[in-house]
Amino acid sequence: MVITVVGIIRAHNLFAVVMLGGVYSFLMATVMVILDAVDVSMTEAAVGAGMSTVLLLAVLHLTRTREAPLRHKPYIPLFVCLLTGGALVYGTLDLPPFGEANAPQNLHVAPYYIENAERETHSPNIVTAVLASYRGYDTLGEVTVIFTAGIGVLILLASGVRRRRVKPDPLQDPKDDAL
Amino acid sequence: MMRDTIILRVVAKLLLPAILIFAFYVQFHGDYGPGGGFQAGVAAAGAIILYGMIFGIPAAKHVIPTTVVEIMVPLGVLIFAGTGVVSMMLGENYLNYSPLRAAPGDGQHMGILIVEAGVFITVASTMLAIFYGFGGLADEADAEAAEAAEDGEK
Repeated sequence: MVITVVGIIRAHNLFAVVMLGGVYSFLMATVMVILDAVDVSMTEAAVGAGMSTVLLLAVLHLTRTREAPLRHKPYIPLFVCLLTGGALVYGTLDLPPFGEANAPQNLHVAPYYIENAERETHSPNIVTAVLASYRGYDTLGEVTVIFTAGIGVLILLASGVRRRRVKPDPLQDPKDDAL
Repeated sequence: MMRDTIILRVVAKLLLPAILIFAFYVQFHGDYGPGGGFQAGVAAAGAIILYGMIFGIPAAKHVIPTTVVEIMVPLGVLIFAGTGVVSMMLGENYLNYSPLRAAPGDGQHMGILIVEAGVFITVASTMLAIFYGFGGLADEADAEAAEAAEDGEK
């Protein structure tokens, strides 16, 4: 994964960057399988590696495939990234060891789900039972978020189409990549 | 985009039914194994998008028209929220599926299936809608390229 990230940073061809992003997502999915989180892994493989790669490729189809030259030095973003990363790593130091039975998250509602989910919902996959039934509100919220995001993107794209019909964008020359 | 590449077309035709069946397997087997509406929705949309990328977006729109997609996006949310309303009308809390069937466990199971179907519909159609949206931007350029490619084939 580190090699992939370094590759993403070094590469200037955006096509290669998108592909390396897909590789990174697949590696992440493998990590999730190793952590026994198969549901998360499937989501990562499908959404991260599959769908976002395809959507980014569709965007690349519309723009140029070379990275634009930098207009200023990226020191402030670099500082923010390092600060956030450092804070996150510092936060993980306080987490209990992976898989510890006495960790707080394993003592709260998790035992109840493990003991009762199959009897109460007749669904042997506890993840599905929790997602769709016990935490139905959360999932409804997630679906609403996807719905809202989709509508928002559609409105943005539709207005883009309308603007382009009035005044063609001089920066874009889609014929470059279409052929 | 890539209509003139015969290897892509043949491989895509071989893969498409497998992807779709896998998507529906993930969807309806989600209560027994890993997966559920989100993953299945993305996989199914991926199948259509693969078709659209290789055979052209107009061909994909022939399979699933934009109107259908635009109806499906809110339909999934409505199915999810509507299940909650139905369970409320049957005298339980919002999104408590127990009263849907005689036995509470069966009701929960049925509720999960209905709700997952709602998730599937919204996720799949949203992905398709975004893909169609980007495709719409590229359509003008694509149409010219397509005409040129078809002339070349003949």
